[in-house]
Amino acid sequence: MDVAIVGLGLYPFGRSPALSGLEQGAAAARAAMADAGTDFKAMQFAFGGSQDGGNADSLVNLLGLTGLQFTNIWNGCATGGSSLSAAYSAIASGQYDTGLVVGFDKHPRGAFNPKPQEWGLDDWYGETGLMLTTQFFAMKIQRYMHDYGISNNTLVSTAEKAFRNGSITPTAWRQTALSREDIEHAPMVSEPLSKYMFCSPAEGGCALVICRADIAHKYSSKPIYLKTAVVRSRSYGSFEVFAPSQAPFVADSPTVTASRAAFELAGIGPEDVDVAQLQDTEVGAEIMHMAENGFCAHGDQEQWIAEGRTEITGSLPVNTDGGCLANGEPVGASGLRQVYEICHQLRGTADARQVPNSPKVGYTHVYGAPGISGVNILAV
Amino acid sequence: MIEQQPLQAGLFSWPAKAPELLGSRCDNCGEHAFPAQSSCRHCTGGETTVVGMGREGRLWTWTIQSFMPKDPYYTDETPETFVPYGVGYVELDCGLRVESRLRENTPDALTIGMEMEMEIIPVRQAENGTEWVTFQFKKKATR
Repeated sequence: MDVAIVGLGLYPFGRSPALSGLEQGAAAARAAMADAGTDFKAMQFAFGGSQDGGNADSLVNLLGLTGLQFTNIWNGCATGGSSLSAAYSAIASGQYDTGLVVGFDKHPRGAFNPKPQEWGLDDWYGETGLMLTTQFFAMKIQRYMHDYGISNNTLVSTAEKAFRNGSITPTAWRQTALSREDIEHAPMVSEPLSKYMFCSPAEGGCALVICRADIAHKYSSKPIYLKTAVVRSRSYGSFEVFAPSQAPFVADSPTVTASRAAFELAGIGPEDVDVAQLQDTEVGAEIMHMAENGFCAHGDQEQWIAEGRTEITGSLPVNTDGGCLANGEPVGASGLRQVYEICHQLRGTADARQVPNSPKVGYTHVYGAPGISGVNILAV
Repeated sequence: MIEQQPLQAGLFSWPAKAPELLGSRCDNCGEHAFPAQSSCRHCTGGETTVVGMGREGRLWTWTIQSFMPKDPYYTDETPETFVPYGVGYVELDCGLRVESRLRENTPDALTIGMEMEMEIIPVRQAENGTEWVTFQFKKKATR
């Protein structure tokens, strides 16, 4: 059974002191159902996830006690990808016709402070100052720059693009474009990554209504077809976060394995993709994920970015809404925000940030600790 | 004299004149892990042996922690007394890359591939006066 996305809902990311995380999730869900011209009574199932915003299935208190199957999903930053993958299977298998995918969050200010024991580690790891995702991202791109000749200039250009795209995205949290000087002179967080090169934990909600492709026109005049939704975890040798030791060799990351599987299942290749969302927890991630997802060879990013190929007007626009850098990262919602943006691009409703020439194929990639990647391929 | 105790037992040999890192080696495939674990991440085997992994290696990658981490970080430092520290992966002779604090804390002092050696550093003082210690790596002294 083919699968379609027919409703898009977003509660804008950022800071919303007046609303709980659950309320932001409910607002996104209602927006998605309204976009599909339907309501919660028509939802046969839901998958949802949140890190700090409460149990997703508590949303039934706000949306209605209809008795539907509501499953909570928790996979770190890849929660949205995992939720959509589960919903894809529920439709593709023929089990259900129509359902809801929802993610939301409300994180405290500042960097995440994960607990070692929740990640299978002992307390010493956190107490001695190694339990910081920022360090992992910095060390991964540090080695990558050494191995593949990526310059600091390319890091700066990637941040510059994110905030420029954010400045033309009405729902973005950061809507002020930054100059190269602003980015270059920002305080260093974790060498080589400075303040504006990282995304921040935030708040917000995102939801999608998903259904059997053969009934999609009941809900939407322009359904977006979800060709495949793949999630993979790490294999031995993948360089990952929260790892007191790494293997003596570097193996393919879960991004590589998820991406390959997704392209194989969809029967297309990276060259067929018109617009992409790649996990940009920080600028290095976006750069490395360009190659890990098969869009270019390792090291080619230096030239690609210098030539502006990932800009909205380039040959492969990446993170057209400013990505995690400009939108912040409410963990439960972030992976779905990527799909939301790609669906708008494919519908042709992305306004000032619309990719020209009617893009037909879109791609989303989310990555989360401790080594999970979710890839979706979408098409009109 | 202050009594020193490892913050976490089993990470390095203790007491020892020149402590070395301890890890596990898989009885089936020979792959190492740190900290030592009873099963193998590589071949899924279930039998391992604790082994010494030496006290020297080469820097594989690095960064600098420039602000004081929040909880679960737990030392005697305050935001006023906090000193940035290096963090890196050090490739040991057995090939395993172990994550460690680094004594060097400026970009000029850190280069991928540089020779490193282990040292023992204090983490914090317990109420009974015991000083909890852990390992870190520093640039290998030229002799």
